[in-house]
Amino acid sequence: MITSREYRTAKQVYGPLVLLESVEAVTYGELTDISTGNGERRRGRVLEINGDKVMVQVFEGTSGFAPEDLKVKFLGKGMELGVSEDMLGRVFDGFGRVIDDGPEIIPEKWLNVNGSPINPWARDYPNEFIQTGISTIDLLNTLVRGQKLPIFSGSGLPHAHLTAQIARQARVLKSDDKFAVIFAAMGITFEEAEFFIEDFRRTGALARAVLFVNLADDPPIERIAVPRMALTTAEYLAYEKDMHVLVILTDLTNYCEALREISAARKEVPGRRGYPGYLYTDLSTIYERAGRIKGRRGSITQLPVITMPEDDKTHPIPDLTGYITEGQIIMSRPLHMRGVYPPVDVLPSLSRLKDKGIGAGKTREDHANVMNQLYAAYARGVNAKELAVVLGESALSPMDLRYVQFAEAFEQRFVRQGEHENRSIEDSLRLGWELLALLPKTELKRIKDEFIEKYYPATQAGTAAKA
Amino acid sequence: MKQGEVIKVSGPLVGARGMDGAQMYEMVRVGELRLFGEIIEIRHGNYSIQVYEETEGVGPGQPVFRTGEALSVELGPGLMGGLYDGVQRPLDVLQRDFGDFIVRGAERPALGREKIWKFQPAVAAGALVEPGDILGTVQETTLVVHRIMVPAGVRGRVAQIAPVEGNVETEVAVIETDKGSVPVKMYQRWSVRHPRQVTRKFPPIEPLTTGQRVIDMFFPIAKGGTACVPGPFGSGKTVVQHQLAKWSNADIIVYVGCGERGNEMTDVLMEFPELKDPDSGQPLMERTVLIANTSNMPVAAREASVFTGITIAEYYRDMGYSVALMADSTSRWAEAMREISGRLEEMPGEEGYPAYLGSRIASFYERSGYVQCLGSDKRQGSLSLIGAVSPPGGDLSEPVVQATLRVVKVFWGLDDKLAFARHFPAINWLTSYSLYQSVIDKFAAEHVDAEWPKQRTLAMNLLQREAELEELVRLVGLDALAAGDRLTLLASRMIREDFLHQNAFDERDTYTSLRKQFEILATILHFHAAAKDALRDGVLLPDLLEMPIFEKIARLRLLAEDALPEFENVRTEITAALAALPRQVAVLAEAAVSEP
Repeated sequence: MITSREYRTAKQVYGPLVLLESVEAVTYGELTDISTGNGERRRGRVLEINGDKVMVQVFEGTSGFAPEDLKVKFLGKGMELGVSEDMLGRVFDGFGRVIDDGPEIIPEKWLNVNGSPINPWARDYPNEFIQTGISTIDLLNTLVRGQKLPIFSGSGLPHAHLTAQIARQARVLKSDDKFAVIFAAMGITFEEAEFFIEDFRRTGALARAVLFVNLADDPPIERIAVPRMALTTAEYLAYEKDMHVLVILTDLTNYCEALREISAARKEVPGRRGYPGYLYTDLSTIYERAGRIKGRRGSITQLPVITMPEDDKTHPIPDLTGYITEGQIIMSRPLHMRGVYPPVDVLPSLSRLKDKGIGAGKTREDHANVMNQLYAAYARGVNAKELAVVLGESALSPMDLRYVQFAEAFEQRFVRQGEHENRSIEDSLRLGWELLALLPKTELKRIKDEFIEKYYPATQAGTAAKA
Repeated sequence: MKQGEVIKVSGPLVGARGMDGAQMYEMVRVGELRLFGEIIEIRHGNYSIQVYEETEGVGPGQPVFRTGEALSVELGPGLMGGLYDGVQRPLDVLQRDFGDFIVRGAERPALGREKIWKFQPAVAAGALVEPGDILGTVQETTLVVHRIMVPAGVRGRVAQIAPVEGNVETEVAVIETDKGSVPVKMYQRWSVRHPRQVTRKFPPIEPLTTGQRVIDMFFPIAKGGTACVPGPFGSGKTVVQHQLAKWSNADIIVYVGCGERGNEMTDVLMEFPELKDPDSGQPLMERTVLIANTSNMPVAAREASVFTGITIAEYYRDMGYSVALMADSTSRWAEAMREISGRLEEMPGEEGYPAYLGSRIASFYERSGYVQCLGSDKRQGSLSLIGAVSPPGGDLSEPVVQATLRVVKVFWGLDDKLAFARHFPAINWLTSYSLYQSVIDKFAAEHVDAEWPKQRTLAMNLLQREAELEELVRLVGLDALAAGDRLTLLASRMIREDFLHQNAFDERDTYTSLRKQFEILATILHFHAAAKDALRDGVLLPDLLEMPIFEKIARLRLLAEDALPEFENVRTEITAALAALPRQVAVLAEAAVSEP
């Protein structure tokens, strides 16, 4: 057997990579300990092996490296995280090291952070409604347990407030299962991270939260590890400790940039905008770790946050994310400018799993119909409004004018709500019906007659007809 | 078995040497974990292997075991209702034996060896048989009779055959050939990268009906045809694919989830056993094979999954069935090719995709067709291919879409604007096309209604005219339009909302027979024609725009399949309602009538 696993044969250092020669019996993905001349220690991972040449990616960056001083020790295992229930209420760095003032965690077991794909046969379909207390999500883009629903935002938009509100208010109706929040910060600012930690602390949510924090000035390559640390913890809590885990990943844009940095250093053929061709596959190994498993009680629900460069939905990061996740909540800058919080852009937002999580016995029988009608009516109102901008309001038909009024009311009364306003699904449905009553019954083509009879607000109908 | 040694590891690509004699596309087992792999390049004794499982822990010096066989699938009874990964490992068995997560190196035969099948001979001993001839049958599911065929290249006299019971390894016949006697088992193996042989191909002649109105009426696909569904995310590609898998009138469905979401496969798995085939009333799962290689499963197996799926589909086509394969999504498949190509350091073509992208896509779609199968009974089968494409940013000019459009005959362009307005299926009627239109028109005129082609053309013209008018309205406003044009807008809106829009989640709306499709459209067009006459007779436009009968038209699509006489009633009601509207220039009209 090989006795010495420590090498001093580093020949090249470029970007976040170190190239070693004359190395034996190393395996792909192996974790390494790297010591510099002055005794500082950093972590790395084997990225490629070709004969006796080994390429190592250094998580904390390569500044201060001199190839001849480097000592690289191969640890004979992949990247692992020691997990335990005691992690709840604690704060870690991107590598899973304790950074609050508490004691070290004594791990119950060690898990490989890359996890393994869930066998599709073992998956249970997500269909339990999560009430977030936010009308635009609960009624129109319903979140269910085990879903991955990203928030597509932009710089300067209040995605942090929205995610914190969801983390604070999210609950499952008729259930008293254990609940945990995992917060993974990748390259966000100190202030933003502090906002979350403070919010969790104030509301008491911190006791059931695990935080992994990599700030904007922390090593960028470490961001590759952060979501994997968070999700490994989530899998442990969900599948072994029966908890329902909500994972907030913010901000995936920074993660993808770290990935691009490594790819560029390796001189790989770039895909769109310089991101590597395997960005889709890489992102999927993060997002697909959400879900439920048959016969296990816990679940993992993901809320990744993405700040879209230039608010461009076709940028590779939101684009590829949208192809993997089960829908998206899109934030609208114009709505935000008009002072509407949360500025959820209803039309392009979507929850793909909503249909299985709503309806009689889950939310209410008329939910699907009301949702479709609100969408269609709002879409028509927005269209009419655009037309009015070009031609003037006088060009609109009386019916179109009513749709314009509907769209205005919809934004001001339905979309807008307070940061601490927690609406039940019944509240949201009632509000939806009140708004639909601005339109004549004959326009409600997407609602079954029986529901119109049962829920169309009687008092409002008269006033609407007059208007 | 002979073995070599690992010298290089880069993600899913492993380099090896010491494997002289190994062939291109030979299957190997890599490392101590015996991971699945396939040789994809040979240079001066260096072998590049794409590995179908995560390669962490593989390193130089570890062994590579040869199998001497190309990547193959098992074809035989037991495929129906199965769920496999990209290299045909049975996921249900893996879950039972290895747990909820996919374990590396796990290996189980694709066809369960525990299951006992009953073989019923179709020929007697002494019969002369050629490749493709049916030796006998096995009742695979309530919906599918599995035909055991003479394997390729075997020709001779049946020496032994008898009804037997046993697992798939059971010998059902012995055939005496020039080169000696060949035993035939219930199952055979076939290399996935080789298309299965047919006697000849024909041009398609009948529709693959889907129950989806926009497809069957305007952009039909033929049995043996090819179609692609490109669209940005959220435009409903997967729902369209699921709807086709559920409601198309193919005998067999092969659904390949290629690099897509795990939950979508779960959805199919939960839903299909519940859904009933509209013709036979049996669960749809009884005629369905699922291949699931979700996005987080190894990328190389994703590359293989499409070939695994199509080989299984071809096998059932060879029995004389009409088979439809859905691949969701071919973009992920192309990306898998790109990733492997990049790691092989091949010279990239457009957007980093390999230069052979176009030819790979073309050769995949060419495996479709309406064919005469091998065998002396000259039976016919068909294989239709429907591929979803996920263009980045919804940009149709990207290489995968373009390479696909060069070979497919039907294009269902999904439009996110329609999706935002919750118009589903969000197939854009202005950009989509079908080259099978004339073939299907002929079929529908014979089997549904002679008026079919005419009605379809009328409706399409209305929709085209609507698009022009909308441009105009944007410039000059609605009031500037003539009454006739306003009526056109009204009628085309009916076509859009009451015909094209179809709710996949509504019990009644999710499937519409050709007959009912025709009736709905005929009713809307009847309204349009009658209203045009009414306008000419002096009916005022405002009266026409507020008719209560519209609500009835809007609910036609929710009528039961057997409520067909109701359509005639509604048409009569329309005529009556229009007749009852006040005429402005009644005198003039009367004068016109009273003339001899």
